[in-house]
Amino acid sequence: MRKFKEFIIEKLILSCGLASIFFVGVIFFFLLKEGLALFQFIKPISFLLGRNWYPISEPAQLGIFPLILGSLLVTLGAAVISIPIGVACALYISEIAPGKLKEVLKAGIELLAAIPSVVLGFIGMITLVPWVKNIFHLPTGLTALTGSIMLAFMAMPTIVSIAEDALYSVPKSYKEGALAMGATHWQTIWRVMLPAASSGILAAVMLGIGRVIGETMAVMMITGNSAVMPKMIPFGFVQSVRTLTATIAAEMGEAVVGSEHYFALFAIGIVLFIISFAINVTADLFLHREKTRL
Amino acid sequence: MRNSARSQKIAFALLFLATLLIIIPVGLIVVIIVIKGLPAINWQFLSDIPRQGMRAGGIFPAIIGTLYLVIGAIVFALPIGLLAAIYLSEYSKENFLSRMIKLAIVNLAGVPSVVYGLFGLALFVVFFKFGASILSGSLTLGIMILPIIITTSREALESVPHSFREVSLSLGASKWQTIRHIVLPNAIPGILTGTILGLGRAAGETAPILFTVAAFYLPRLPKSIFDQAMALPYHLYVISTQVPNVDEKIRYGTALVLLILVLFMNLVAIIIRYKFRKKKKW
Repeated sequence: MRKFKEFIIEKLILSCGLASIFFVGVIFFFLLKEGLALFQFIKPISFLLGRNWYPISEPAQLGIFPLILGSLLVTLGAAVISIPIGVACALYISEIAPGKLKEVLKAGIELLAAIPSVVLGFIGMITLVPWVKNIFHLPTGLTALTGSIMLAFMAMPTIVSIAEDALYSVPKSYKEGALAMGATHWQTIWRVMLPAASSGILAAVMLGIGRVIGETMAVMMITGNSAVMPKMIPFGFVQSVRTLTATIAAEMGEAVVGSEHYFALFAIGIVLFIISFAINVTADLFLHREKTRL
Repeated sequence: MRNSARSQKIAFALLFLATLLIIIPVGLIVVIIVIKGLPAINWQFLSDIPRQGMRAGGIFPAIIGTLYLVIGAIVFALPIGLLAAIYLSEYSKENFLSRMIKLAIVNLAGVPSVVYGLFGLALFVVFFKFGASILSGSLTLGIMILPIIITTSREALESVPHSFREVSLSLGASKWQTIRHIVLPNAIPGILTGTILGLGRAAGETAPILFTVAAFYLPRLPKSIFDQAMALPYHLYVISTQVPNVDEKIRYGTALVLLILVLFMNLVAIIIRYKFRKKKKW
């Protein structure tokens, strides 16, 4: 009897262990189920590369190219801001900051990670948007740049904490060796620690960028949401754009279940799912490589 | 030599500057919300329904809605997440399957929150016909926080020393008895930390509840799990972008309540972790 009970429990535990695989599968399946229906109305190529997103005109024009560019633009800006600052902060916390300060800084980073994105969006609307408007003399402060700055703050906690882990896991002997050879502390950090932790830092950067691409609420609140083709860099940054995520969040409420528009929003979901899947798998490979090497 | 000392000084100063560039804005954000939000908070604001098209009154239904959603999410995610963590830490071997499971967890953690919203809409609202309801929202949030719970619980379980298990097994306890009576009790603080972090995440997310539960304006309390509900993060979004002429005080007040709720949970988690680390017997 006890054997039997144990058997049942073990099977239960196994099935829960498999639950994550199951859920990833179910999520993808339902996105496909609703999203692929779009392609009876429109060719995949004109969906991805179409330059017009007018989902409620007759006939609907469902090209997401401007949205893809919007997402890329905002992400690029956020990456340019957050990668150097994030990696530098990780270096400072893990290599330079003394014990007490280190704990305080780490708590500060955790605090930033915990702030809900809608709160960051709200603060961005009230502080950042007027600043950007005044500094660049724009008709509106709701621009790609505003989104990039705010999103950089969402990517930083991810970048800092994962990069810091990577630096921490570099064997002590590397550092001691370099210092014993007469290298300064900074030379050790720059020439030894940074290269040794490079694959972990790369993973940190990728996951940070993944966070930015998937961010929804803050982006929707401060980028202005105009679904037009962004201009060339750098002019695109001071212009309102709309991202893939914001499009889903802003329009799903009005889309009729089973309409072309509804299917198109799910097709955007597929695109986002595939992007995040690719980023996470690659980042995981880098992290895994780090573990096996050490 | 002097040259390298100088470049070290400059480099360290730059690194410090970068750190300040993150920490100062974070401090400012919190301080601004607290200073501007505090005057809005009084008993009426916390206990009244929204009035005059959300331009007056309180946010009580949104607070309650968020609590229901968070509780629902945890009721769903904790058992599954905990058992999954037990599987990974106690049963699985280093093989292809466990690698796949870990990869799936990483992916679940990385799926954009709005995609969870889409998924919840397609599966719970439309396919299972739960409609936009607390049930749909809780399940969607539950799946979203699953990776947090699995990862932290697994770390907690794995940090229980191997000798504990060996002693228990050698005394004739079965594997499950060992887990149930030896490993789990010693891992509870860590599991609690993960659960609370998951709660905080669920309380603050907006995109997954947009189409699965959130009501724009519903000045009453939900009666059952098949009711729609207001929720704090969505309410903040609505009054700051969708409704014109809302008093700034109300917006800041709502942001402050949400921030306090989320940060409080994180603080509790940090304290538990800290206490536990001090008390650790091994």
